[in-house]
Amino acid sequence: MKTYLTSKFLVERDPERCIQCQVCVNQCTFDVHYYDTEDDEVRSREENCVGCHRCVAFCPTQALTFKKNPLDYRENYNWRPDVIEDILKQAETGGMLLTGMGNDKGYRIYWDHLVLNASQVTNPSIDPLREPMELTTYLGRKPDRVELDRESFNLKTELAPQVKLEVPVMFAAMSYGAVSLNVHESLARAATETGTLWNTGEGGLHSKLHQYGNNTIVQVASGRFGVHPEYLDVARVVEIKIGQGAKPGIGGHLPGEKVSAEVSMTRMIPQGTDALSPAPQHDIYSIEDLAQLVYALKEAINYTKPVAVKIAAVHNSAAIASGMVRAGADIIVLDGLRGATGAAPKVIRDNVGIPIEMALASVDSRLRQEGIRNQASIVISGGIRSSGDVAKAIALGADAVYIGTAALVALGCAVCQQCHTGKCAWGICTTDLALTKRVNPDIGARRLANLLRGWSLELKDILGGMGINALESLRGNRLHLRGVGLTDTELEILGVRMAGN
Amino acid sequence: MRNLSPMNNPYRDDKVIDACSIFGVMDTSGRRFGGEDVIRAIANMHVRGNGLGGGFAIYGLYPEYADAYAFHIMYLSRKGQREVEAFLKDGFDLICAEEVPTRPTPGIVDTPLIWRYFLNVGQHKLGEKAEDDYVVDRVMEINCSLPDAYVFSSGKDMAVFKGVGYPEEIAAYFSLEQYEGYLWTAHGRFPTNTHGWWGGAHPFCILDWTVVHNGEISSYGINRCYLEQFGYNCTMQTDTEVVAYAVDLLIRKHNLPIEIVANILAPPFWSDIERCPLEKQKLLRTLRQVYGSLLLNGPFTIIIAHHGEMIGLTDRIRLRPLTVGVKGDRLYLSSEESAMRLICPDLDRTWIPVGGQPIVGSLGAPLQPQPATMGGETI
Repeated sequence: MKTYLTSKFLVERDPERCIQCQVCVNQCTFDVHYYDTEDDEVRSREENCVGCHRCVAFCPTQALTFKKNPLDYRENYNWRPDVIEDILKQAETGGMLLTGMGNDKGYRIYWDHLVLNASQVTNPSIDPLREPMELTTYLGRKPDRVELDRESFNLKTELAPQVKLEVPVMFAAMSYGAVSLNVHESLARAATETGTLWNTGEGGLHSKLHQYGNNTIVQVASGRFGVHPEYLDVARVVEIKIGQGAKPGIGGHLPGEKVSAEVSMTRMIPQGTDALSPAPQHDIYSIEDLAQLVYALKEAINYTKPVAVKIAAVHNSAAIASGMVRAGADIIVLDGLRGATGAAPKVIRDNVGIPIEMALASVDSRLRQEGIRNQASIVISGGIRSSGDVAKAIALGADAVYIGTAALVALGCAVCQQCHTGKCAWGICTTDLALTKRVNPDIGARRLANLLRGWSLELKDILGGMGINALESLRGNRLHLRGVGLTDTELEILGVRMAGN
Repeated sequence: MRNLSPMNNPYRDDKVIDACSIFGVMDTSGRRFGGEDVIRAIANMHVRGNGLGGGFAIYGLYPEYADAYAFHIMYLSRKGQREVEAFLKDGFDLICAEEVPTRPTPGIVDTPLIWRYFLNVGQHKLGEKAEDDYVVDRVMEINCSLPDAYVFSSGKDMAVFKGVGYPEEIAAYFSLEQYEGYLWTAHGRFPTNTHGWWGGAHPFCILDWTVVHNGEISSYGINRCYLEQFGYNCTMQTDTEVVAYAVDLLIRKHNLPIEIVANILAPPFWSDIERCPLEKQKLLRTLRQVYGSLLLNGPFTIIIAHHGEMIGLTDRIRLRPLTVGVKGDRLYLSSEESAMRLICPDLDRTWIPVGGQPIVGSLGAPLQPQPATMGGETI
């Protein structure tokens, strides 16, 4: 069938600069560039271009660039180009539209409407170049109070297992299969170097990475892929995945093409079979079932490490979170509207879930109202882009954040949203062995550790500016936030005042 | 579910930002003395305040009613007074009620009504609750639910006198030179972002705990949020209030000794903790993990007092001044050494404590401290 879809991009090749070296031909995984032997010239099939920047970054003579195709439709506020194109794609394929990464629609990003405070005159800002500045964070259940022996003042309280983070930023769940082993290794090594944690996602943990177990969160999702005693034993934290922000209510889908020999071994499924996680966990149809799984896992790990429960941020997150804490979760993970994925139905990604800022504010407030905020740490994810977002998240009440997309961007990802195709030109979201080599774990780990180092320096500057020298004094301290351009209702839910007030 | 939104805070301020003078003196032998010296000392630091708040806490003040709760209550209207008095008669055995004597003083204007009541809980207490908890709940109720009334102090055999004016003017207004106590703290205030109001002056008090404070607590938002979970409603528009409530929670309800409380309010750095012996490491780490939300961050010096104890503490990097002086049985704490020297020129010893290290004066235990070396061990 002839496609009526037109090119998204126009590829421009400067003939003065191009030396016909064919680097672009080799780098492009979407068959945009090809070499015409007869004319001895590199040419483009523009309709294939996804805008991933791989060829541009690697062109040795900077001969390449590409632009958005200026081809217009007649102005129509309702029938926008993306709407028309989605209909065309479905008319031509008869299928559900798949996509990758997070929601790209224009929903309000509340981080951009929150501003932070700083000290002036009445209290001194603290200079992190000259004074200690503490980012250390402990995740895990805390008791209501500490008890000491009345005579000796020795500690009587024994804390539930705690996990120490040197920087309150962890790497979000991205499964082996969705991303490559080299990406996993980069994340694991960077987390180990930086003193934080990375998350295996639901696809198991390759045995080569067991050595980084002390900085690893292992996931137990509805498919139970790769879950076995050693997996639980090597981990620092066990996370139950109920849902994910990119596709609340839907399980993870890994197409059979991505289930290579190594993936098959790690996931414990036959090579080449689709790995389709059921939408719900079939042993969790209610909150009391969650409590059973939490305690089954705690029994399995002998109460030596915290158990986290991850949900997508949805309308009644606050009530759900309260139930999760009462069901024994030591860490609550909220994944928001912008949370990304390796593959999801586009209609779900673009329309389901709520902004993480709202979910976080309402969950934190609710747990405080119920007096159980100390019983679980709150971790959020979904669209965290910078240390500024991290600081705002912590002020809204988060103990730590996960970054997924930001970590992949550090490895080269240009957020072209082709993760579901398995053709990632950056070698990140693919299991094609020829492509996965494009991420060198030595360099990948360096880039990720650099990112976290940069963010922690910035966080220290932000804290110092506020006159605070420990992160726990910012946590849940919404007085250090002000809203800009928000309605009264939005401010009320965020628990933040308007700037100037 | 509790409604944690702020209640009786007409100006909707987060907190009052202020700089201040603070002074405290305690006779560790328990001998009572008059207020002349304390007044002179705090007046000597006149320029650290701006006339928008001064106050005093006096312990060992009402020996004739030593076993009754002494409530000092400020009223902004007669209606407020009528309602509170009905509330008090309902909830307590009222032993005595009288207006706190004052005299016209230049500089003291727009004075509210200030009354004192001596109360017993008697049979009014319901269930298993301790008497002190019952009293705290009633104080919170008056501050939050009843109009035009604020409880200045609510302990036994002690009281807080405070208002808008320089501390020496407040002392004159209340004729404080005529009172005696074994422990006095005093405060001169320099608020910068609100007009002064009588309720916002220091000391702050809950039961017999009082706090005077110089500084700004940058962690106020989370400290307050944490305390609200335990039923403390911060209504006084100032961050000092959270110190009073934090101390009440930690010492009275959680039974922690003051040295441990200092390690919660101004804890050692994580890196210092890791250099401690294992047992101590575990204790300090647990305290920070559990009570991280009570870490007081930002510049502060506080003098906390209750019966039998006076405690001086600065933030962990000592961004506000505190000087300690000892003369015989007397312990002095002051923003400036000059104020101590004015009333006691021949102090046995003075020193500046290390940030985060509490100075504790206890009844019957004269302080013979070894001054810590600067930059030395802080824990």
